[in-house]
Amino acid sequence: MFNPNSTFLFIAAGLVILFVIAQSIFFLVRAYRRGKALGMDMKQIRKTIISTAVFTFAPAVSILLGVITLSQFLGLPLPWLRLSVIGAITYELPAATTTANALGITQLSETITDPKVYTAIAWVMTLGIFPGLIWVPLFIRKIQGGLMKIKNKDSKWGDIVMTALFLGMISAFLGMVFADIREGLAGWIPIFVLLFSAFLMGICGILVKKCNVKWLENYALPISMLGAMVFAAVITPMIV
Amino acid sequence: MNNNGKSYEDMTHFYGRIWILLALGMIFSFPTAACIYYDAWPELSAVAKGLLGVAPIFWTVGFIEVLTFVPMLGTAGSYLAFVTGNLTNLKVPAALTAMENARVKPGTEEGEVISTIAVATSSIVTTAVIAIGVALLVPLTPILNSPVLKPAFDNILPSLFGGLAVVYVSKNWKISIAPLVFMVVLFLLVPSLSGSVGVLVPVGALIAIGAARILYKKGLL
Repeated sequence: MFNPNSTFLFIAAGLVILFVIAQSIFFLVRAYRRGKALGMDMKQIRKTIISTAVFTFAPAVSILLGVITLSQFLGLPLPWLRLSVIGAITYELPAATTTANALGITQLSETITDPKVYTAIAWVMTLGIFPGLIWVPLFIRKIQGGLMKIKNKDSKWGDIVMTALFLGMISAFLGMVFADIREGLAGWIPIFVLLFSAFLMGICGILVKKCNVKWLENYALPISMLGAMVFAAVITPMIV
Repeated sequence: MNNNGKSYEDMTHFYGRIWILLALGMIFSFPTAACIYYDAWPELSAVAKGLLGVAPIFWTVGFIEVLTFVPMLGTAGSYLAFVTGNLTNLKVPAALTAMENARVKPGTEEGEVISTIAVATSSIVTTAVIAIGVALLVPLTPILNSPVLKPAFDNILPSLFGGLAVVYVSKNWKISIAPLVFMVVLFLLVPSLSGSVGVLVPVGALIAIGAARILYKKGLL
């Protein structure tokens, strides 16, 4: 019988994941050397590496939770691969669900035993996500050229456009937090968490600027994020 | 200038293209290998049906993500982040925060270095955490799925964006008002949109740029 946790599939997924790690190391080393050549503050660069690693930990664990969720249905290798390379749970879950439904499978809590269903899902996941890899080499120079044009014409406006891009992204996610508000007090939890995270960030800002706690600057984001997650774990049982 | 007169930037594009095309081959190798090894090619109609359900949205969002995130991530950062994925919840915030802390701007040479280092570090750590998690799945699953931790992970996005918002909104509150009000009202009216927040990112960006243009013309920025 087909086993979606077979050694073969683990090896196939592992090879692709090794490739992605190699790519990351290649660009990491190259950028590090470039920073040295440009005479940048290498201490700050090392701080960047450490603080990014610390910040990444919690989101990485939440991605791992996505792997676990999908693994009940798809086994481990495929979700492991899809969420380590390009994917995100927001893509892979609908891709798996729609394909399974198209094949008449509605029970997603039982592990797949039909290899044809498995490969169909693997293809849909791959074909659904790959264009991103083509858009980047096709359009990156055009996008950057367009930005350069704006900057050369009016550098202050160029900076404002960049800032507005970030703010657009942040606004979309801040707005999303208000989606469940009609469900009563429980729907307010994400807003309380958001405010608590903002509050922690504010305190970090005050400590950095007024009390001169310089080291805190690089860790303000992981501290506010983890603090707010702990806060969510504490208040949710009290409210629900 | 080095490498036969090609600039560092040109070489980044050169290497970036090679890596991204190889990555393209690699991600296709998994389904192909599975089909050959198990001699189980799926029904074309099943793949087409599944794809029809997701591709129109994914392909559009993918394109929009490239437009929105390339300016923030820089050259090498983009080539790398679009391969390793998890952009909005991880790579983009990591790159932005790293540049903010190092006091460099996206689009500059220094910004390029810092952004690349942040994206690469974040990718390596994520891949390692997931790999360790997969290896230790049996002992870890009950801990990770425990009801005590569940609300913490359910709220990871507000935990992340609350802190980020303080940094950016407080510095640029004039530009923030229009997109923020629009998004809050939109989600209050249509809560079901939270599944397609990716599509709304460029909408927010356009509103922010439009509002910024008006403020800038009036000399308010």
